[in-house]
Amino acid sequence: MASAPTVALPDAWRVEVFRKDSFDDPDGTHAQGAIAELEVSGLERIRMGRGYLLPPDLDRGAVDRIVAGLLADPVVDEARVIEPGSEPGARDAHRILVARKPGVMDPVATTLAAAMVKAGLLASTPTVGTFRAWELSGAIDEADLATIAQRVLANVVIEQVAIGSEGLFYGKPAGRATRRRVEVPLLAADDASLERLSTEGELSLDLIEMRAIQAHYKAAGREPSLAELETIAQTWSEHCQHKTFRGLIEMDGEVIDNLLKSTIAAATHELGKDWCVSVFHDNAGIIEFDPDVDGGWDLAFKVETHNHPSAIDPYGGAGTGIGGVIRDILGVGLGAKPIANIDAFFVGPPDLPREDVPKGSMHPRRILRGVVAGVRDYGNRMGIPTISGGVWFHEGYVANPLVYAGTLGLLPRSAATKEVKPGDVILVAGGRTGRDGIHGATFSSVELSEDSETVSAGAVQIGDPITEKRLLDGLLRARDAGLYRGLTDCGAGGLSSAVGEMGAECGARVDLEQVPLKYPGLAPDEIWISEAQERMVMAVPPEDLDACIAVFAAECVEATAIGTFTDTGLLELFYEGDEVGTLQMDFLHEGTPRPTRQAEWTAPDLPDPGAPRLDDLHATLLDVLASPTISSKEWIIRQYDHEVQDMSVVKPLAGPAGVGPADGVVLKPLVESKKGAALGAGANARYGRLDPRAMTLSAIDEALRNVVCCYGDPRRTAILDNFSWGNCNKPDRLGSLVISAKACYEGAMAYGTPFISGKDSLNNEYRVGEESLAIPPTLYVSSLSIVPNVERCLTMDAKADGNLLILVGDTRPELGGSELHAHLGLDGGRVPCPDLKRAPKLFDQLHGAMKMGYLKSCHDLSEGGLAVAVAEMCLAGGLGADIDLSVIGHEPFPAGYNPTTTLLFSESPTRFLIEVEPGKKYNLQTKLMGVSCTPLGRLSRKGKLTIKDVGGAPCGAWTLDELREAFQRVGNDLGGFHGEGDSE
Amino acid sequence: MTTPKALVLRSGGTNCEDETARALELGGAEADILHCDRVLEDPARLDPYQILVFAGGFSYGDDLAAGLELRTRLREKLGGHVAGGGLILGVCNGFQVLVESGIFEPDKAPEERSIALYANASNHYECRWVEIEAQDCRCPWLTAGERMPTPVAHAEGRFVVRDGAALEALRAGGQIALTYVGQGYPANPNGAVADIAGICDPTGQVLGLMPHPERNLDPWNHPAWTSLGKRSEGEGLAFYRRMVEVAASGQPVV
Repeated sequence: MASAPTVALPDAWRVEVFRKDSFDDPDGTHAQGAIAELEVSGLERIRMGRGYLLPPDLDRGAVDRIVAGLLADPVVDEARVIEPGSEPGARDAHRILVARKPGVMDPVATTLAAAMVKAGLLASTPTVGTFRAWELSGAIDEADLATIAQRVLANVVIEQVAIGSEGLFYGKPAGRATRRRVEVPLLAADDASLERLSTEGELSLDLIEMRAIQAHYKAAGREPSLAELETIAQTWSEHCQHKTFRGLIEMDGEVIDNLLKSTIAAATHELGKDWCVSVFHDNAGIIEFDPDVDGGWDLAFKVETHNHPSAIDPYGGAGTGIGGVIRDILGVGLGAKPIANIDAFFVGPPDLPREDVPKGSMHPRRILRGVVAGVRDYGNRMGIPTISGGVWFHEGYVANPLVYAGTLGLLPRSAATKEVKPGDVILVAGGRTGRDGIHGATFSSVELSEDSETVSAGAVQIGDPITEKRLLDGLLRARDAGLYRGLTDCGAGGLSSAVGEMGAECGARVDLEQVPLKYPGLAPDEIWISEAQERMVMAVPPEDLDACIAVFAAECVEATAIGTFTDTGLLELFYEGDEVGTLQMDFLHEGTPRPTRQAEWTAPDLPDPGAPRLDDLHATLLDVLASPTISSKEWIIRQYDHEVQDMSVVKPLAGPAGVGPADGVVLKPLVESKKGAALGAGANARYGRLDPRAMTLSAIDEALRNVVCCYGDPRRTAILDNFSWGNCNKPDRLGSLVISAKACYEGAMAYGTPFISGKDSLNNEYRVGEESLAIPPTLYVSSLSIVPNVERCLTMDAKADGNLLILVGDTRPELGGSELHAHLGLDGGRVPCPDLKRAPKLFDQLHGAMKMGYLKSCHDLSEGGLAVAVAEMCLAGGLGADIDLSVIGHEPFPAGYNPTTTLLFSESPTRFLIEVEPGKKYNLQTKLMGVSCTPLGRLSRKGKLTIKDVGGAPCGAWTLDELREAFQRVGNDLGGFHGEGDSE
Repeated sequence: MTTPKALVLRSGGTNCEDETARALELGGAEADILHCDRVLEDPARLDPYQILVFAGGFSYGDDLAAGLELRTRLREKLGGHVAGGGLILGVCNGFQVLVESGIFEPDKAPEERSIALYANASNHYECRWVEIEAQDCRCPWLTAGERMPTPVAHAEGRFVVRDGAALEALRAGGQIALTYVGQGYPANPNGAVADIAGICDPTGQVLGLMPHPERNLDPWNHPAWTSLGKRSEGEGLAFYRRMVEVAASGQPVV
């Protein structure tokens, strides 16, 4: 247990603010719910107190003023003030204190310290600490207290726990003494020493790369400095450089030179869409939105992965994931205004038995609640609506969850390009630099292991959304005033990557002692590679420097000149005048060795399990509707502010009761324009292992269906790729990646939808002992589509009784990887895959029918097929329906495929269920000439869904209440709007 | 009738200033946005305005009490604004700021304050549309019985009172301005006492509410607009329009 009995009583005023007994304690109720999921006994009540440590030299009156003014509400709170160095009075309860480890970012402390100065309570910024004091009453033994602390109350990666001890750390973290150039003896090292250097230095460089570095320095005739070696490791990391995608790959006798360029980017290039403004080279892809308002407006879109940080600290990892991708958008061109966030999570099953959780991992429920809370707190506080997303559950993500976060931005055309000129000042703005997030870029490129949570604690970053919001306010004002000409965010690799990238074409000189620090004692190389959050770097013409700094200051944002861009082609690092590193930009950016990686792929040898006749269709549909992946995500969506900025047109929850799962969402970004931006996504956790090509094309098709459903124009749609794969140094993992990338090319060309941005995460494996387990190959495709006029947007909820339900598209015997198979425990078979000749045409025709106003609602068929889609439309609209499967024409199904089961649960892509007024049926069928378009039945007010089988005989009936209960079951369990939620 | 001037105040964590300014403009006012720090530096910058709006957001990231600076440094100035016939509106976090400033109970010392906005009963952030209804109250731009669909989005919006007497005093003083329509969660999304969504001060010129009428200005804002048929505007716009009309009429007589 991580209790810390050696920590002394703090030499600081200690304030603990508890809720008054006359009010409920929501934090306590919340924790009690989470504790109820553990096997501990005796707990009667738990309460939480917010704890603060204030400077000991304050007098009691000042402390009381701070408490009354900032910390405690006179109506609901009671504050205990404890003198420096003393014990709090005895309480009739077990006490558990939880505090951040020294050096871990504490945004509340930062805010409090600044607020005390601002309110005139103190003259200069004080040292402030925070903690949580939990008081548990009841007969609980020591072991159970430890379990509760570790599983619910604290994250021991970043927090210290004290049980029954009142010691707390107060002060600033200790520093490293070295401020000078540190040389690393590399020239004489043999292979074993090179590998050891990489591992012990957390450089994540392989032997070939270490040899290349050694050769470079041999040629230069000197040893590298630590700062140089760290810079190379950051720049060459898989995370920053995509070595696999840009490298050489041999598969089936073919040598692929740069997989990215030859597949994904090739499609974009060959499609040559003139509405693509900026693709692949900036922080995000940019497409044209509305050229007719002002000087024209564009949209920028980027989706990132933040998998490994979220595995060890779900709350902080997901929060900084969203914070980081927001900065990508802030840093695209000369800066875009973030207008929407999206998130997607792939986690283990929520009902995983606790004994099946691998050592060193958290239970999927805790991971999911943590990442949801992380996105919630960051996105909401930034004032950016989180409007779209999804959660996929699969055993393969238990030890290595996937966390995707994306941001959409709006920018004037004039801000789409940027430049850096020698002589420009390097200005860093935003949060201060600390020892947080050291080696994040290299950490994301290694396998997780059961030790990850201890050895990689330093890689965890903690976000501070209010600092980032101020940075946003300052940055967009400085942009509009034209006070800088180059810009990028500080992401992975920190300043080393940001400055290295901006100065790649010219050169840069940095004086590291100028970088504002959170606390003293950072070595130059730590300052240089720290991934402290909420920082942006600008290239500022010297004559605009003062004005630029003043704009930030007016928003309470620190902006500091730390160096100059040069024309030397060198990256030169200094600390207090001493040179601590000099690198050639061309070696840094072009020197990465490109070994040939081997790839192969063999399809799993599984017999086709077909589609069995279902003995109890009634129960099966309810079970599939209640499967975690299909079930309602309302419990998550409601925690996100999806309305801020007043732009939402099609929201993530549809229908009068707000319970329907929207396919895509639509925003109206400009007051002056009726155009909309539709967002969608496609992914599947089960298809990829069986057939990576089908998985890829299905994901693209789904991402397009999502936006087409709500009136996005299929001919004005751009897509993003995010690959999360296992270790691609292993040929079988790399083989499926190659197949998927090639299918991306094929799909993009067929649909006419260019990829504009992407990101990969290629080491999602988890090592237990000798065994290394890869996640299922997971491609997440995001779509961004222009809506011609938001007044014509459609939602998926059934609208009026008597209207026809029409199935659009062909149903094939495609159940491989389907939700039905997962429910029945079957594996194998034909994986759903779009017909690339017909699918794009169908999208175009359907969009044309929408333009004519023939549709009342539209829902796409995805996981769970027709059965789930019709159930969702009904429960979203509060209407029943009577449908008949016997009218559906289809290709002959092979033996072993029960036709009723197949028609209901096949997951064939490019299908929609649409609602049409009876009088519009012929208009619609004319518009959809050549497309399968079958009226299945009508909507009703009977409060029931009924289905007739392929013989025309009734085979199932469900009340709307039954459907809704099944659809919301998992969410009520996980979200518990009246009970517990996340434990952060 | 002259065009009233409205000022939307923002701070580092404010995030609804743009749509709030737009609501005021559409409602007929001339609206500006200004950082609170500029007002603290020079309180006279408030003088030209008939309407002051504290917009939603997270003034201190929800971590700390938000109204201290107002209470200590601007209280008198705001009092003068009200005495001069001006209006003040606080939405969501702006409502929290006003509550903590003590402006709703002008005769009480800070430590005697009897109302607060507390963590939602669900203890987490919640974004959903609710129906709110205007009560028979002192606020001159609300008409008792009128209802409007409005989104809420907050983690700490549960209106609570120190005791029954405090609630009775609000009621007797005509200070209960807006309530959630319907019984229990989720109609009342945060567990507020007496379903209170918004209150006004004893003059009726200061109104605070948790829901966001400025997020319902256009016909396509309502979550079920695709089923509602043709509408010319969102229901939240009338709320701002009437406030601007009262300000324009010069003397908001109570």
